[in-house]
Amino acid sequence: MGSSVTVQELVEAIDLEVYSGDAYLGRKIEVSDLSRPGLELTGYFNYYPQNRVQLFGRTEISFSKQMTSDERLIVMRRMCQEETPAFLISRELVPPQELIQAAEEKQIPVLISDQPTTRLSSNVTSFLEEKLAERFSVHGVLVDIYGMGVLITGDSGIGKSETALELIQRGHRLVADDRVDLYMMDESRIVGEPPEILAHLIEIRGVGIIDVVNLFGVGAIRTSKTVNLAVNLKLWNKNEQYDRLGSSEETLHVFDVDIPKISIPVRTGRNLSNIIEVAAMNFRAKQMGYDATATLNRNLEELIRKNSDE
Amino acid sequence: MEKREFHIIAETGIHARPATLLVQSASKYNSDINLEYKGKSVNLKSIMGVMSLGVGQGSDVTITAEGADEAEAISGVEETMKKEGLAE
Repeated sequence: MGSSVTVQELVEAIDLEVYSGDAYLGRKIEVSDLSRPGLELTGYFNYYPQNRVQLFGRTEISFSKQMTSDERLIVMRRMCQEETPAFLISRELVPPQELIQAAEEKQIPVLISDQPTTRLSSNVTSFLEEKLAERFSVHGVLVDIYGMGVLITGDSGIGKSETALELIQRGHRLVADDRVDLYMMDESRIVGEPPEILAHLIEIRGVGIIDVVNLFGVGAIRTSKTVNLAVNLKLWNKNEQYDRLGSSEETLHVFDVDIPKISIPVRTGRNLSNIIEVAAMNFRAKQMGYDATATLNRNLEELIRKNSDE
Repeated sequence: MEKREFHIIAETGIHARPATLLVQSASKYNSDINLEYKGKSVNLKSIMGVMSLGVGQGSDVTITAEGADEAEAISGVEETMKKEGLAE
């Protein structure tokens, strides 16, 4: 995977307090899992996940209080390994002096939070998962249309950015233009975001770079969004067949997730932003159980049955 | 103008899928192609129009084509009708 986050970034994102080891915040975190070293406190170090952030909650702190100072120092020293990124204490509990000493020896920072252990654990995990997730860039535009993340793809010059601009003018929100970085949030969700340097910028041929926040306000952008629907723009080809009834089952496969996909033919005089807006609404309606195609099919079958009986 | 009658034999009539295929095959030609059923005529290049008729099994329909490629159009549509088991 290769990506990593520094302890400093974690401290800033989760609003942690640095209890000791201010100088060591450059240490890198490379895995998103946390470890609660309960068994290790008893001296059982088989399978000790030394490359994870070690989280001490009430249980770990209170258990360590029953140990003698010598025992604590031995155990804490074993916990402080070369790869161990940081120690994290929840509920503003006071870390044992021996942990501070052992951590200082190995130059590992000790962090404190006022949050309860479970919440802290879930906050840290989701932050790390987001940061460490594998990313995949696609050429396209991601727009939030009525709360639906719509990824517009298509060849260069087909009008993706122009369409996005029109959608913004209609009150929808831009997430990313030109390059969308996608990562897998969980088993069913792909999230898209702009590369930092391109955030809220759009390039319109003939005009140049536009700052959407500057021209349309903060309401016109979003920093990231789950992708619900992929729309592929294609030049209209007379010989190609297009989906007439909206019953296609095309998908865009990203990581392990299949995102529903529709293809829209582009031709002069077709109002793309209008069509994409309607496609997003229709897709949402379908998910809510209102499927116009299915209803028409049902009614048609009934009419055919009636006509056949005559 | 070319004109041909078909007797629909498919059990499910001209439902959504065959309607789509008929429209696709008709759309390949430049001629105006119409489908007539029970005195109502619809454009065979319009999916909604074709579906609105609800053509059932045992019905007779007339297809007309008018334009430069009318002969090809009629045989093209006929081919789809037969291939899909809609008519004999």
